[in-house]
Amino acid sequence: MTLSDVLFIVVAAVAAVSALGVVVSRHIVHMAVWLLFTLVGVSLVYFWLGAEFLGAAQLIVYVGGTLVLLVFGVMLTAQGPFRELRTPPVEWIIGGVTAALLLLLLAVVTWQVAQGGTTGQQPPGVAAIGLGLLGVHETVSETTLSGLPAGNVVGRTPVAYLLPFEIISVHLLVVLIGAAYLARARRPAAFRTGSDTATTPLETSSPDLTPGSVQPAVVVSAPTPALPTDSSSSEESRQPPQF
Amino acid sequence: MGEMGYYAVLLLGAWLFVCGVTCLALKRNALGVLMGVELVLNAANVNLVAAARYTPAFRLEGQIFALLVIVLAAAEAAVALAIMLHYYNTYATVDVDKAQQLRG
Repeated sequence: MTLSDVLFIVVAAVAAVSALGVVVSRHIVHMAVWLLFTLVGVSLVYFWLGAEFLGAAQLIVYVGGTLVLLVFGVMLTAQGPFRELRTPPVEWIIGGVTAALLLLLLAVVTWQVAQGGTTGQQPPGVAAIGLGLLGVHETVSETTLSGLPAGNVVGRTPVAYLLPFEIISVHLLVVLIGAAYLARARRPAAFRTGSDTATTPLETSSPDLTPGSVQPAVVVSAPTPALPTDSSSSEESRQPPQF
Repeated sequence: MGEMGYYAVLLLGAWLFVCGVTCLALKRNALGVLMGVELVLNAANVNLVAAARYTPAFRLEGQIFALLVIVLAAAEAAVALAIMLHYYNTYATVDVDKAQQLRG
């Protein structure tokens, strides 16, 4: 067992144990911390596999961006200190058995997939990835495609990825605009104009208001009108969101 | 490490996938469900990078596809969090079982 193997085992063990921690931990902040270790472990696996650019991108985008976004989401939707949403034990049992069966199935399938692998090759490096994303065809494309029946030897065509690069650029722009639109702070005034869902609590607390009028500052702390009033769940006192 | 290395990395991907799916199925908190989605996407990325390393036909494609998946995962997390904040502003909870109606 070489040093490289030991390195992979350590890094993969960190990622695997942290992923298990994400599943079994109950508090949402603990889940976020375990997810942090998982993402760092996966990025180290990328480095071990020779994909340096991907490892760096994983650290920057996931650990630096997505996880911070998740932690902000946790903070913005916090429901009191140490408020936890518990899963019933019977669901844990069913989920655990199903997960074990799925892992067994995937282990068998990946064993068959791994038979078609080689002993490892030199990864293309950052220059080839950048040229591919810029639309320059890869010069070395004589390798054959895998996954075909025996006898069918199909060579790889020269490939370039300018179009997917542009598509995900536009996609990111659209997604950012859409997210900013969706997560905007909803004011009660905007909620009451031309809407039939404006119901009792806002109207009864201040009967002099007509729909579409200018809101006084007191109404901002009133309960949000669209709260469901069926009260099928009364385990916590529903605090209206504060803006 | 020959194909055993390939198998080891694929097993890590399978483990991450199973953890993510279990997280998706069992968590009641919507943010926990989102973390499960992140785990599943990471598992897919691990498989792609392993294929880029050990399969000649995916020498360049594996890494480029993994890059695209990373970007799409970031976009998906942004939209999902925005929807979740909207939902929390409306219903004052993040329990996924309470989301029973889609009303504006």
